[in-house]
Amino acid sequence: MALLEVKNLGISFGGLRAVDEFNLSIEKGELYGLIGPNGAGKTTVFNMLTGIYKPTDGMIYLDGKNITGKKTADINKAGVARTFQNIRLFGDQSVLDNVKIGLHNSYEYGTFTGVFRLPKYFATEKKMDERALEILSVFGLDKEAKVLASNLPYGKQRQLEIARALATNPKLLLLDEPAAGMNPNETQDLMDTIALIRKEFGVTILLIEHDMKLVSGICEKLTVLNFGRVLASGETSTVLNDPEVIKAYLGE
Amino acid sequence: MKKLNGSTKKLISSIAVILVLYIVMSTMQATGNLSSLMSGLLVPVCAYALVAIGLNLCVGYLGELSLGHAGFMCVGAFTSAFFSKTFQNEIPDVPRFILALVIGTFFAALFGFLIAIPVLRLSGDYLAIVTLAFGEIIKNVINVLYVGRDASGFHFSLKDMMSLNMDFDGVVLVNGAQGITGTPRQSTFTISVLLLILALVVTHNFVNSRTGRAVKAIRDNQIAAETVGLPITKYKLIAFTISAAIAGVGGVLYAHNINSLTATTNNFGYNMSIMILVYVVLGGIGNFSGSVVATVVLTMLPEMLRGLSTYRMLIYSIVLIGLMLFNWAPGILKFREEHGLTTKQLLDKFKKKKEVQ
Ligand SMILES: Nc1ncnc2c1ncn2[C@@H]1O[C@H](COP(=O)(O)OP(=O)(O)OP(=O)(O)O)[C@@H](O)[C@H]1O
Ligand SMILES: [Mg+2]
Repeated sequence: MALLEVKNLGISFGGLRAVDEFNLSIEKGELYGLIGPNGAGKTTVFNMLTGIYKPTDGMIYLDGKNITGKKTADINKAGVARTFQNIRLFGDQSVLDNVKIGLHNSYEYGTFTGVFRLPKYFATEKKMDERALEILSVFGLDKEAKVLASNLPYGKQRQLEIARALATNPKLLLLDEPAAGMNPNETQDLMDTIALIRKEFGVTILLIEHDMKLVSGICEKLTVLNFGRVLASGETSTVLNDPEVIKAYLGE
Repeated sequence: MKKLNGSTKKLISSIAVILVLYIVMSTMQATGNLSSLMSGLLVPVCAYALVAIGLNLCVGYLGELSLGHAGFMCVGAFTSAFFSKTFQNEIPDVPRFILALVIGTFFAALFGFLIAIPVLRLSGDYLAIVTLAFGEIIKNVINVLYVGRDASGFHFSLKDMMSLNMDFDGVVLVNGAQGITGTPRQSTFTISVLLLILALVVTHNFVNSRTGRAVKAIRDNQIAAETVGLPITKYKLIAFTISAAIAGVGGVLYAHNINSLTATTNNFGYNMSIMILVYVVLGGIGNFSGSVVATVVLTMLPEMLRGLSTYRMLIYSIVLIGLMLFNWAPGILKFREEHGLTTKQLLDKFKKKKEVQ
């Protein structure tokens, strides 16, 4: 059974049909790419997968469970985490705290314990600190743990967002244009990091990307979206050589 | 000792400052060097500082505007005063005051919770509007509320004293616009300062706990908070309820410091809610000790300027504007930063000097 199974997903904004009859099937462990021209509806698909938008039609199954139209927080608890095209960090909190917020549901103590600093507060905070630093070190961000998230350079903010998403212990990680605004060196680093987190966290990845070098370099399968509809889908090399795709998206 | 982080250091130094002020004030009072006016302000200042701390939790950490915190103070004041007066002869002083504190805090929290349930589900400025209405409604209801007690139990009325229909030996507990008279005066300066310090510790610990981080995350970016699995409504409710509860503690102190407790525009109404918001904004949003400082300065100032009679409010307004510019105007902030005059830079300088010596 596929980890993510999307059937005939569709959404309308007033008269605009942003996504229509969208189908997708991702196996556990795959690294899957979602590409397409600007405004094709890629981010909208992510927003439906994470419950930020309620789809008008269709079904979404994660691990066989129907998660269509569920609340965003519950979808995260079911195993879906994401990053955003326009970075959304908790800017007024430290890098470490951003990841600790991602760990929120894995480590528990109550408000009372926290306010009166009972022993469990100290024990749990220590465990959270250790785990958060462990995750940050995968991205080489552990040295900046105390820095305010909004003071990080752009590239590191993107990495921190991935770290925070991973902290929620997801089965499926959605990355919305992780290489946007990065130079070729940073993009290369990012490709290495993505390979590393697949290994370390055993997570399945679906990513949106415009950088063709990254897409052809790491994605095993692709789906191409155009005007809200699937244009092609399959093995990366097959899809990228599809004349329809070349005409609509790649140009030349 | 473990290394303390910045916010803990700040908490400890503000507690130290409060204690020093407390000792100075108490000594002055004991030796008769404090005017009776000032002396009478000690407890109310602590009470309003507590409400400001509560409101700062709401504005600074929940990121929501409340224009009715004086209303929660009012609930805390009247419920606790009602309790203390009712059981004045039945429960010994100390346990009764402790119970009064619990009751006032509980009811303020309850009202906060009930108001927040429908409002915090919405996003936008609804909280400001609803709390504003709440503050006014609670004040007006109390002004027409009559409660009495006789051998057969409690009697309520929203009309007048006569319609309570009590026996001859009946006692009026809440007397409409005249409020509650004869509440035992148990709020001492010492208790007020202790509660103020407790509130500073509680809020500091709260915003640095797992729950507090979640509340700040929701404030910083609600959509991101949802995608990492945080239950938004739950944490908003917790933060707002605590915020109202702290305002309730202020109400209890206030009520047990005066002989006759009435709900007027000046102590619990819209004016007071705005005044408290002014303390919060001038003391620094998200800065609890700042709220205390602003409350103390801005409450004491008009009294100290009383001699200047006509010019009093003028000077007061100028100080307000000056403080606001000093703390918030971008140009001045930039100037302060460039010349090493921010609070943080000044503190650092002070510390370095001490190290050199
Ligand atoms: N909340 C919304 N209300 C109305 N229209 C929307 C909304 N969200 C997205 N759209 C529209 O849906 C279409 C798809 O947008 P989307 O952001 O999904 O594109 P995209 O493929 O992610 O593009 P890009 O590569 O530029 O990020 C656009 O026409 C957009 O204007
Ligand atoms: Mg997009």
